[in-house]
Amino acid sequence: MHRNKWIYSLASLMLAATLIFGACTPAAETTPKKQTLTVYSGRSEALVKPIIAEFSKSTGIKVQVRYAGTSEMAATILEEGKNSPADVFFAQDPGGLGAVESLLMPLPDSISNQVSPQFRSSNGTWVGISGRARVVVYNTQKLKESDLPDDIWDFTDPKWKGRIGWAPTNASFQAMVTAMRVLWGQEKTRQWLTGIQANNPKVYPNNTAQVNAVGAGEVDVAMPNHYYLYGILRDKGESFPARNYYPRGGGPGAVILVAGAGILETSQNKDAATRFLEFMLSRTR
Amino acid sequence: MGVVIGKTLSLIGRLGRAGQGTHIPRPPVIIWLPAVFIALGVLLPQAYLVLRALGAGGEIWELLFRTRTLAILGRTVALVIAVTAVSLAISLPLAWLTTRTDLPLRRVWSVLTALPLVIPSYVAGFTVVAALGPRGILQQLLAEPFGLERLPEIYGFPGALLTVTAVSYPYLLLALQAAFHGLDPCLEEASHSLGYGSWDTFRRITLPQLRPALAAGSLLVALYTLRDFGGVSLLRYETFTWAIYIQYQTSIDRMSAAALSLVLVALAVTILLIETRTQSRARYYRSTVGVVHLPTQRQLGRWRWPALGFCVSVVLLTLAMPMAILVYWTTSGMSAGESLRLAWGSALNSAYVSGLAAAITAVAALPIAILAVRYAGKSGRLPERVTYVGFALPGIVIALALVFFGANYATPIYQTLGILLFAYLILFLPQAVGSTRTSLLQISPHVEEAARSLGRSVRQTLITVTLPLVRPGVLAGAALVFLTTMKELPATLLLSPIGFKTLATSVWSATSESLFAQAAVPALLLIVLSSIPMALLVTRQPKEIS
Repeated sequence: MHRNKWIYSLASLMLAATLIFGACTPAAETTPKKQTLTVYSGRSEALVKPIIAEFSKSTGIKVQVRYAGTSEMAATILEEGKNSPADVFFAQDPGGLGAVESLLMPLPDSISNQVSPQFRSSNGTWVGISGRARVVVYNTQKLKESDLPDDIWDFTDPKWKGRIGWAPTNASFQAMVTAMRVLWGQEKTRQWLTGIQANNPKVYPNNTAQVNAVGAGEVDVAMPNHYYLYGILRDKGESFPARNYYPRGGGPGAVILVAGAGILETSQNKDAATRFLEFMLSRTR
Repeated sequence: MGVVIGKTLSLIGRLGRAGQGTHIPRPPVIIWLPAVFIALGVLLPQAYLVLRALGAGGEIWELLFRTRTLAILGRTVALVIAVTAVSLAISLPLAWLTTRTDLPLRRVWSVLTALPLVIPSYVAGFTVVAALGPRGILQQLLAEPFGLERLPEIYGFPGALLTVTAVSYPYLLLALQAAFHGLDPCLEEASHSLGYGSWDTFRRITLPQLRPALAAGSLLVALYTLRDFGGVSLLRYETFTWAIYIQYQTSIDRMSAAALSLVLVALAVTILLIETRTQSRARYYRSTVGVVHLPTQRQLGRWRWPALGFCVSVVLLTLAMPMAILVYWTTSGMSAGESLRLAWGSALNSAYVSGLAAAITAVAALPIAILAVRYAGKSGRLPERVTYVGFALPGIVIALALVFFGANYATPIYQTLGILLFAYLILFLPQAVGSTRTSLLQISPHVEEAARSLGRSVRQTLITVTLPLVRPGVLAGAALVFLTTMKELPATLLLSPIGFKTLATSVWSATSESLFAQAAVPALLLIVLSSIPMALLVTRQPKEIS
């Protein structure tokens, strides 16, 4: 009798779990599936969620999002093939979109024409949704814009020793290094990196921390994406002593990184998906 | 005198061996059918890999035989050997100290030393870099008093060794602790009473009896090292798993990734063959009449302080350091005005899905373990060996295999809890099989034979005799599965019902934006919540005679 007890308790535990599982499943999709748009996003939740919420609010279309790395998501779409439940693929970089291009539908001109050709696919299957510009943020109490070099190469100059902040583990920083390897070549990129290292840069975990540190005067300049400053200005007011500087000479320090989106050929929701892309490109948000 | 005892003891061992090796009974259907079925399910990822690799052209062979690939192979093997060796060196003394001695606060140490298992390796990697990096926190602490400009490079082999060992040595530790508890102290006492010293007794009597646990634990550590991605990528040590991820990340090249994964499978099979060779047909249960009693506690005497120092330093490096960094990130985030919320919804999801995975996997492990121990012919061992092969594969490979099969051949359950739980089963089954098997080895088959001869059917014997006796092993296996499911990431991201968040996915989504404070809160919650089942698992120990 006693020996059986364990089996029974295990069995009843599993039964209970199954019941809870049944209860937890979101009401077995009573609403027809067509109303809900499924987005696979390689862009992170922290950045994308507010815009998607706004889209749902203004159109009444429900959106469910699966978040994962862009390349994992692209591989998933390839494995799913024609059975993919995704309607829209929102990718962090053009590489992920290029990999699934054969599974994307040609976008209507109303969408493609809104985006200048260098930021969309040449065969019309995806468009750039947002660009993140690499910038230099500088402390306005210590520096004037005219003090800053034309090209971020010049931050290897010893006069910047101890005055630079950066976030080398950040994905956008690494994308900038990739841009350097393309524009400058391997050797010059290595020289830039060791040159900056020699100037004892302060290491920050992320872009927000870099911009805050410039404002606090911990460092004079830092290298984040352009939009982090605006969030901080909104919170701390216009007196916050840091501003963006887009390097005059262009180059990898001023490169624009594109995140884009496309619609899957197999989507059952092409209308809603099209509206989603239009919304993402519209000025109102 | 000593020689005579040694001979007698080894003769007893040999008799047991002979008794079992001669005729193996045919397994009943309720054992072999589910075992074969589960083994076939576990082989799905390998089938997927072969399918993908065949899709590639001849350039695959070029990829596989490049000198670079061979270099990665060498690095991978070096890391596997080093991690396993260091884990053995840490775990054997720790297991002995926490089970057999009067170490102060012994129970506390046995929980704390096992706890690093619940730290996701990407979290461990981040914290190792933050603490011990060339300009990490340790350097900043030492900069003021000693003027230290930078620490020696942690990146590469040393960092990877530290990180992967820290998150995987508990596999071995837990296996050894369980084995120490299951040991019948009679043989050791006989050896002592007949004049053998402590060291000789340990070497000749205890160590051979620990062999199944040593082998099973080392196997998990070695195969885990093959699979680890978070630790090796953050510490920049290129292993096969990292190379596979790079194939996905840079070119989304599934064919090359599959070909490289098959090399990983081959490596795993090699390790399994080596491990199988170390297994003997010895038996690990007592065959004579007698009362099983608890071992006496060893007095450490003046060795207690060095022993305590050893425990403290292991815990400092593998548990306290990562947790301190997480707390530091949390507090610095709060002082920077970030609003941090406790992710209770994710915590509930994590616990719920891990609980289901633990129950299902523990049940699935039973027929496989019974088949491997009680009907241990070549074919009897096969399903058990098969479950281990998948354990060496990176999570992303198993996830994508199930994406392929799920989306195309099991559409109704695709991206439901059902397929997610199946993924967890494939990923973690060997942990449950290993501990169930070790526990079963310590139970005499004569008990079951007695039940059969007294008229119980095969099924009745199984339910009323075998299962209650292997309960500790089954529960330990379930707990292990629970703890590792809590931190699983790639399969959860790709296969869970859409919008399903766990603590692990919350940590990931914050770290991907480098929001370390936001990542630290769910990571701490993950560790704290996991410590509860870990404490239950570890402290369910019999009391000793002191």
